[in-house]
Parts: sequence; structure tokens; C-alpha cells
Amino acid sequence: MTKRWDPAQAEAIVRAHAQLEGPLLPILHALSAEFGCVPEEATALVAEELNLSRAEVHGVISFYHDFRREPRGKIVVKLCRAEACQAMGGREAAEAVLAHFKLGWGDTNGDRSVTIEPVYCLGLCAAAPAALVNGAPSARVEPARLIAAIEAMR
Amino acid sequence: MSRVFVPGDALAVALGADAVAYALRNAGAGIVRTGSRGLAWLEPLIEVETAGGRVGYGPVGVGDVSALLNAGVLSGGAHALRVGRVEDHPWMRGQKRITFARCGVVDPLSVEDYVAHGGLQGLKRALEIGFAATIEEITQSGLRGRGGAGFPAGVKWKGAADAQASRKYVVCNADEGDSGTFADRMLMEGDPMSLIEGVAIAAFAIGASKAFVYSRSEYPHANATFQKALAAVRATGGLGPHAFGPNHAFDIELRIGAGAYVCGEETALLESLEGKRGQVRAKPPLPVHAGLFGKPTVINNVLTLATAPWIMANGAKTYADIGHGRSRGTMAIQLAGNVKYPGLYEAPFGLTLGQIVHDIGGGTASGRPVRAVQCGGPLGAYFPPTLFDTPYDYEAFAARDGLIGHGGVVVFDDTVDMAAQARFALEFCAIESCGKCTPCRIGSVRGQEVIDRILAGENREANLVLIEDLCQTLKLGSLCALGGFTPYPVMSALKYYPDDFQSATAYDAAVAKR
Ligand SMILES: Cc1cc2nc3c(=O)[nH]c(=O)nc-3n(C[C@H](O)[C@H](O)[C@H](O)COP(=O)(O)O)c2cc1C
Ligand code: SF4
Repeated sequence: MTKRWDPAQAEAIVRAHAQLEGPLLPILHALSAEFGCVPEEATALVAEELNLSRAEVHGVISFYHDFRREPRGKIVVKLCRAEACQAMGGREAAEAVLAHFKLGWGDTNGDRSVTIEPVYCLGLCAAAPAALVNGAPSARVEPARLIAAIEAMR
Repeated sequence: MSRVFVPGDALAVALGADAVAYALRNAGAGIVRTGSRGLAWLEPLIEVETAGGRVGYGPVGVGDVSALLNAGVLSGGAHALRVGRVEDHPWMRGQKRITFARCGVVDPLSVEDYVAHGGLQGLKRALEIGFAATIEEITQSGLRGRGGAGFPAGVKWKGAADAQASRKYVVCNADEGDSGTFADRMLMEGDPMSLIEGVAIAAFAIGASKAFVYSRSEYPHANATFQKALAAVRATGGLGPHAFGPNHAFDIELRIGAGAYVCGEETALLESLEGKRGQVRAKPPLPVHAGLFGKPTVINNVLTLATAPWIMANGAKTYADIGHGRSRGTMAIQLAGNVKYPGLYEAPFGLTLGQIVHDIGGGTASGRPVRAVQCGGPLGAYFPPTLFDTPYDYEAFAARDGLIGHGGVVVFDDTVDMAAQARFALEFCAIESCGKCTPCRIGSVRGQEVIDRILAGENREANLVLIEDLCQTLKLGSLCALGGFTPYPVMSALKYYPDDFQSATAYDAAVAKR
């Protein structure tokens, strides 16, 4: 699903956003969307295009939880770890899902089919616990049902 | 064929609203996707247009659709899921909807619908009376920032209006990161035009031609809706080169964060918008003097800005007449966690916490006793039921070391382990720290270890003193409220729930007995 690194295309993405005021985050988001991550190779390219130092660009990429160096799996599951979900059994639900896929927080499994990431609030707190599966919201999460849904997508 | 309103709000969608809309459309109904009314336990809550008003049914699953059609849902027929006119529902009747008056009612992407429901009157009046009178109106209304700090909005606007600069900005803080809060999201999905109008009023008032709305990547639905709403307004000329009149340009750009809670702090947010690490800036200078790209900047929460149009349209006094103490107007209370009737409840300040949790929220969803309520997000204290007489008002909460914050109220039943909650507060601080202050970056990690030692029974007394000291250091040695307020959930857990810190097994034994 995620594309291989393509410098020409990456450069086109950077240039398409370069005129924005403060273009770095939009660029990193766009690269992430295209390549599933912001690979090492992107640092130098972005730095050069925006006239920044590599250290600056690297510093920004490493600061934000969303920007990862390695591609995510085909199915990205974001499970809420925050308080409102905790109040409705979110901790236990998350543990069950992680255990089923034998993954730790942020990990991707061997066949790169599933990545499970922690999030701190999806704004679905009135129907906790909540999750986002490839961007689709899920509420009142029951581990067995969520696991089955993920398995069906693999 | 009568129209059916089906929420397209992310929470309703998470509970199956898209499939319901699809099934109803296939049955020939005219579907309008709206936001949510905020009665979350009834979602998906559909509404059918009838001669007697909009009749609600909920919670509707896709499996209910054929039975509903057989019962004559399209003409408001009787059915077990029928809740009657939504406005007449007791949960709605107790509210005073100002900021959320249109949310769940209008088509969020229709400028026409917005105007038909009173939209754009506020901006129109602002343009008529001029910027100085507009700022005066906002000041007189008593409107305070809804992002957490409760700073008077008018004072901030005046500061930026008075600043001399070639370029100024309005920045809307839509980085709603507090657990248990979803009002900004609901508004961006249900009535985005009111936010656009509010941002426009602020920009006109301070003399800015450009605004940014900084939202979060955890809100893909809200961002998509808001982007479409911007395009719809732009298509009418409401944004663009002549937004405020001939050659009086104004436009709004949506930006998305990248998963950092601290970017909700206003100066970290500005850094992030500039394309930097989201690190908190030292103040002064204040953003109104040197904010985004060093230019005078008003930064306000979504709800603060989205309330401005109502104030401008209805007058400062009408707003200021509502409320409690120095907390004027209404607050969008967001009830979440283990509560029977969760959702968004907009009411004048002044309800007691007990009224909110029991009368409005109906107690816990689990049916067990309420044991703790965390108000104001992850940096807010845990309140036990003995504090339920606290009125919902900025000063009254602060007097009890509590926080109204952005309006989150998260309920826990008696199975909650408060030592785990205290530990989590420190863990969250460590994960989300911007790294600038040592107490926040390192102290939060040490704090978790100290709690672990207390629970393991290692030097209990000394470690209890140590955690207090650590919290004191965090309070005093932090540049922003992430480090500075993390002590509140920790200390409140220690103060009101000391039993949970007895040992690692004391909690299990206690729960078994409850
Ligand atoms: C760690 C931290 C996180 C914050 N998160 C938010 C947020 O998500 N949304 C928000 O509006 N304000 C947030 N604030 C408050 C902002 O710094 C600022 O006070 C607010 O945006 C000002 O707007 P207002 O006056 O309209 O409330 C946060 C503050 C801190 C210290
Ligand atoms: S308290 Fe924490 S988040 Fe706030 S400025 Fe200091 S290190 Fe950064």
C-alpha cells in the first residue's frame, strides 16, 4: 500500500507546499501520507528545498509522534489510552488487542499488516473506549469485535 | 418525501450512522447529514421532519431501519426508539444553547442554511459598528477564553488591535487535546460556519487579513468537514480578496498538528505553525505583541471564537446577564467516561458538580457508585463526591485546587485505582513534555518510579514526602501548565484516596470488597 521512496516525487511534494507560510509540517504530513513515513532520505531533501539545516528538519521530525522513520503497517490502529477511555475499560481493551497481535505500543508486526499506536484522546470520549482504524472512528470498543474487524482487513 | 437528518459527526459515525443514512436513502428518504445534538447515548440519533417539528429516534442501528420504516418513521410514527421532538427532550430543555444552538440542527456545509438560522448577523454588525466598538462589545460580554486559562477575550483582542504592525494574525486553537473533551470537534463538524464567522470577527477587530485554524491529526473527520466549510464560504466570497468589503481581504487556512499534546499550549502551537518543534516560548513577549512569525497575534480557542458571533448579534449585555460570579455566559460541559448520559451539555455557569454528574449525567454507566471525577482534562484534579457541592465556575473550582479547563468532566466508578490514575498523570506528562524544563521532562519520570516504590512498600513514608516535594518542584519549576499542573491530579489522588496508595495489592483487595 505504501509507496517506495521516490526522490522526484518527494521533491514535487515539497515544492507544491513551499509557498505556504511555515510549510514544514504540511510538507511532512504530505510526505507521510504518500510514503507511509518520513524516511531518512527526506531530511536532506526537505532541508535543501526549504533552506534549513538538516539538524533543524531532523529535530522537527523527531519531535512529533505522527512522523515516523519506518513505514507503518497496512492497517494502522490508534487506540486511545487517555482518562475517559480508562474509565470505561480502555486499559484492559488495549492490552487485549496488543496481546492478540503480540505487539507493543507503536510496533508493526512481521508481515507489516498491522501497526498499533497509542493516542491520547480521539474526541469520542462520550462513547469510550475509542479507536481509529485507518482513519475510521470506532467507539465503545470491545476487544473481540475490534480484533475480528482488523483480522478481516488483513 | 420528508427529510431525515442523520448525524455525520464522528461519534455518530463510529456508532454506525453512515450505514443508517445509506439504508434510509435507499428507502427513498431525503437525507441531510448534520452534526450531533450532543446526546451521545442516543447516537445515532436521527430526526424526521414532520408538520409537528423534528421527531427524533435513537439510538438507531442499521438493523432497526426496516422496522422503523414499517412503523412509519418517515411521518413520525410510533416506535420504541422514538424520543419525540429533540428540543422537548428533558436533557435538551435544561440547556441554554448559545455556542451550540445550530449544532446538530443545520447542514454544516450550507451557507444558506447557516444564514437561515441566524448566521452572519454578528459579523454584519461588527462591520457596521467598527473594530473599536466590536472589541468593546466582546469585553463587556465578559467572555473568557474557553481553552482552559479563562483569560478575558476582549482584553486580548484590544492588545493585538493596539499593536502597530504591517501584518497581524488570528490563530484558532483547535488542538483539543484534553481527554474527555470533544466540544471543538463537535462544533467543527456540526456548525463550522460559526467558527469561521467568529474568526472573521476577531480578524476584523484586530486588523488581520489572515487566520490559521490549528487542528489535530486525531480529528480526520472534523478536519475534512472544516476544510469543506471553508471552501463553501470562499465560494460565496465570504473569504477571499473582498471578504470584509471591496479590497478588504481575509482568509483562513486550516493546519493540522502532528500528535503532540503540548502544541495546544499557545506558544508551542505558534512554534509548530512556524514549522518548528512544538516547544513552549518564554513570556514575555506575549503573542498579542509578538506571536506568529513575530507579528501581533490573537490566539483563541474554538469555542471562544465561535461564541463571538452570538454576542455580536445579541449584544454584550444579553450574554453577560447569564452566568455565575465572574464566569459569564454558558459553558459547553462535556460529560464523558463512566456516565450514563454522556454528551455535550451547554448551560450557564453555576451548576454544581453533583448536579452535573448525577442529575444530568445520571450517575455511572456501570451502575456502580461514582468514586472520582476528573474535571478540566489531564491536568485537572480528581474530585471525590464530597466536593460535589462545588459550583461550576472558574474561581470556585480554582479555590478547591480544581480546574474547569476546557469543560471536560470524566466520571469514574468505584473500580478506579487512583494510584494508577496518579501514575498515569505523570506518565502522560513525561510522554508529552516539550523538554524545556527539567522538572517536567525528568521529574515526571522520577515521579512514576516513586509511586511504584510507594506501592511496593519501599520506604513508604520517605517516598510519600518525596512525591510531594517532586510535585512542588513541578509546580514551581515549569514554564507552562503541562509541568505546572500535572501535580494536581497526582496530589488530589493522594489527598482524597490515600488507601489506594497503601500497597500494590491493597487496591485489588479493596475492589473485591466493594
Ligand atoms: C499543555 C497545554 C495544553 C493546552 N491545550 C489547549 C488546547 O488543546 N486547546 C486550547 O484552546 N487551549 C489549550 N491550552 C491553552 C492555551 O495555551 C491558551 O490559553 C488558549 O488557546 C487561549 O485561548 P482562549 O483564551 O480562547 O482560551 C493549553 C495549555 C497548555 C499549557
Ligand atoms: S513545563 Fe514541560 S511542556 Fe511546559 S515548557 Fe516546561 S518542559 Fe515544556
